Amino acid sequence: MHLLRTKMNIVICGHVDHGKSTVVGRLLADTNSLPTGKLDQVRANCERNSKPFEYAFLLDALKDEQSQGITIDAARVFFKTQSRDYIIIDAPGHIEFLKNMVTGASRAEAALLVIDAKEGVRENSKRHGYLLSMLGISQVVVLINKMDLVDYSESVYNSISSEYRAFLSQVGINPASIIPISGREGDNLVSVSQNMPWYSGTSVLTQLDSFKKEKQPVDSPFRLPVQDVYKFTANGDDRRIVAGTIESGRIQIGDEITFYPSGKTAKIATVESFNTALKSKSEAGDATGFTLDQQIYITRGELAAKTGEPKPVCSSLIRVNLFWLGRNPLVKGKDYLLKIGTSRVKIKLETVHKLLDAVNLETLESATQINRHDVADCTFRLAKQVAFDLTSDFAGTSRFVIVDDYEISGGGIVKEAIDDKNPAETGWRKNVLKWEIISENRDLKTNFDSEKGNLILISGTDHQDAINLAAEKERELLLLGEKPILISISDDLSFADTSIYQTDTTREQQVQFLSGFLPVLLNTGSTVIISASRLTDEEVKLFR
Amino acid sequence: MNQLDQLEARSVYIFREAYANFKNLCMLWSIGKDSTVLLWLARKAFFGHVPFPLVHIDTHYKIPAMIEYRNKLALEFNLNLIYGENTEALANKLTFPDGNVDRLTCCKNLKADALKNTLSGEWPRFKLNHSTGEFDLDTNREAYTGVIVGARADEEGSRSKERYFSPRNKESSWDVGDQPPEFWNQYKTDFAPGTHVRIHPLLDWTELNIWEYIEREKIPTVDLYYNQGEGKRFRSLGCWPCTHSVDSDSKNVAEIIEELKTGKFANIAERSGRAQDKEDGGGLETLRREGYM
Ligand SMILES: Nc1nc2c(ncn2[C@@H]2O[C@H](COP(=O)(O)OP(=O)(O)O)[C@@H](O)[C@H]2O)c(=O)[nH]1
Ligand SMILES: [Mg+2]
Repeated sequence: MHLLRTKMNIVICGHVDHGKSTVVGRLLADTNSLPTGKLDQVRANCERNSKPFEYAFLLDALKDEQSQGITIDAARVFFKTQSRDYIIIDAPGHIEFLKNMVTGASRAEAALLVIDAKEGVRENSKRHGYLLSMLGISQVVVLINKMDLVDYSESVYNSISSEYRAFLSQVGINPASIIPISGREGDNLVSVSQNMPWYSGTSVLTQLDSFKKEKQPVDSPFRLPVQDVYKFTANGDDRRIVAGTIESGRIQIGDEITFYPSGKTAKIATVESFNTALKSKSEAGDATGFTLDQQIYITRGELAAKTGEPKPVCSSLIRVNLFWLGRNPLVKGKDYLLKIGTSRVKIKLETVHKLLDAVNLETLESATQINRHDVADCTFRLAKQVAFDLTSDFAGTSRFVIVDDYEISGGGIVKEAIDDKNPAETGWRKNVLKWEIISENRDLKTNFDSEKGNLILISGTDHQDAINLAAEKERELLLLGEKPILISISDDLSFADTSIYQTDTTREQQVQFLSGFLPVLLNTGSTVIISASRLTDEEVKLFR
Repeated sequence: MNQLDQLEARSVYIFREAYANFKNLCMLWSIGKDSTVLLWLARKAFFGHVPFPLVHIDTHYKIPAMIEYRNKLALEFNLNLIYGENTEALANKLTFPDGNVDRLTCCKNLKADALKNTLSGEWPRFKLNHSTGEFDLDTNREAYTGVIVGARADEEGSRSKERYFSPRNKESSWDVGDQPPEFWNQYKTDFAPGTHVRIHPLLDWTELNIWEYIEREKIPTVDLYYNQGEGKRFRSLGCWPCTHSVDSDSKNVAEIIEELKTGKFANIAERSGRAQDKEDGGGLETLRREGYM
């Protein structure tokens, strides 16, 4: 086998004109990554046109030669040090910068954040810092650039550092270092400069080389968002393979897996792969597949975890940090699509708690909508429960995007599951208690008995809880060979599971309709399960 | 995990996302090394199966050995192979080898237009019949809404701006300046009627990675990539009138890997053997905007 040199992707960001292109151009020049003669050629060109030479011009000059495709191409710059190859992901385009930066940073392992020493911390210094944090880039170096313009002053450096460090710590980033540099003069880029004897840290290049390749979280609890369950019958293949990429942890044959939110379990029978030696285990980072010892029905969107390890959260009401990039603002009352792990679910914006305004990054407490480039702390209601983790537990499985009008228009991380935390376990027990109260209440139950069928009313403060419990009861009865009828009443019909109603039917009308229809249903001998959140005494009377 | 494992895992993930999200999915197969690695990765993703058709745009100017290899592999791997072509341009001899149009127009006619109309189902498609080994007219004329393509970012400047899932509008064109963001591993899998999405599982692979993977997995490739004793080989395969070989002594995969590592080609673009790229500065980008893969 050949020895592979390691590669590291780095994204560079910062406020416009703070010197990103200059820093990159200078890094190319000082690491001898430029084609021979290129630097002189660009200098000569500037002289001829009597304009001052800029390192940033190197990037443009190289872009013209992109068919050479070596040092630079449309979006990436390549250079190498003794220890590895670097790809700097440049996110060009002023208007589209943020979309490109998000995309670039999603593929990056580390970030350079450039701040102009003379201008200090500006809105995009903050916004980009926030984004890096949300995207989960933990290896960040801050470059305080243009130190030559402030006489290489230690006090300027100190004051910007402490201001920016304070901001970064608010968003949870602890920069590896804050390096005073001059992109134009080359101070502290590839070697430590004499111009700032007060600075005791390393150069930018040394700092980059000290960054670690990110390790896969193999020791964390097992998580695998189910991408699909395959049963390809061609050529007599009868394997039923659960496929997905392991987000964290590891598995091996014999491990018991629990799928969320369904709560179903089975053991791993085989670990599947193509054109490899036989496998018995698989770990974080692997795009894997396995078969189970029991044919349980699961689908794309479930989150697989290992029984006995910390469980994921299941919820339908989530509080998140969100970054919005949509052309249209994110508003209440409209349906959006949430993609988290491999699950997709309809959502509505419920509450905007806080909004970091896009222009001046002031916090607004009473916003009702989220505008383009805003950063928001808000709550969403999901049409059904999905499984995920909280960002404080496992960042990878807490990440989501929101689709508006076919476009990914925002992304974020889940901070909190507001209600029915972990219903597959603790939540269930809580519900089972409620369940027992209802079903053990002979009085109630016999009262509800009709000639033939039984009526089971399930209620609670949360709609989704009630639905889940009802569905569980339905399954139980199905297993006993009965044919139960499950109906749910919802305050918000777009979220109703059983849409036998017109969309503009009110809850009152639903209850009226159902109570009238109920005797017919019960006369079939079926058990009817009705789930509804917050049933009132009046409503219960109607059903009687 | 080494670098190849990581590249493979990401590609497999992308394949599975594509398969889960697009009902009318297909994969373009140019028979070159990249699209053959792509095919291999599909078999990795689906445990030996390729659960969607492979579409080949036949310009009728491919080197004959390529077509032979295509049909052989299709039968061997049990592939649903479909081809499309620009019947009219071929009949009217509107091609560069016929001397009637320049290279770029020829590419547009035989590749870009044929591709666009084959994908949309507007022009006939021909499907490999595994029992006869012949191609029959395909009765399915539904447009493909997800098209898997073997483009790599390092091949050529404009490709580095690509996303893994890259939308094409009704005219099949690509709006480079305004592309949707890709957060983490969430991609654009929703699309408006009439539009489609190009999917790029190989975006992060380099030419060297491709050869290293071919070596590791022992993937069968066309002999044209290797020096047959004349000190020449092809680095990139296309139509014979516009594809030139490079000077090279590499007789097998291992030697190609060594050759690439010496940096011998470091200042020569991989597609430099493709004459059509040189006709205008942004030749490929122009074609790509019009739907060329
Ligand atoms: N004096 C001085 N000017 C700089 C330095 N770095 C960049 N500049 C200037 O700042 C301007 C913007 O730089 P550029 O690299 O294009 O910024 P970008 O928008 O962040 O890419 C240019 O005129 C540069 O010459 C520096 O270290 N010192
Ligand atoms: Mg710039």
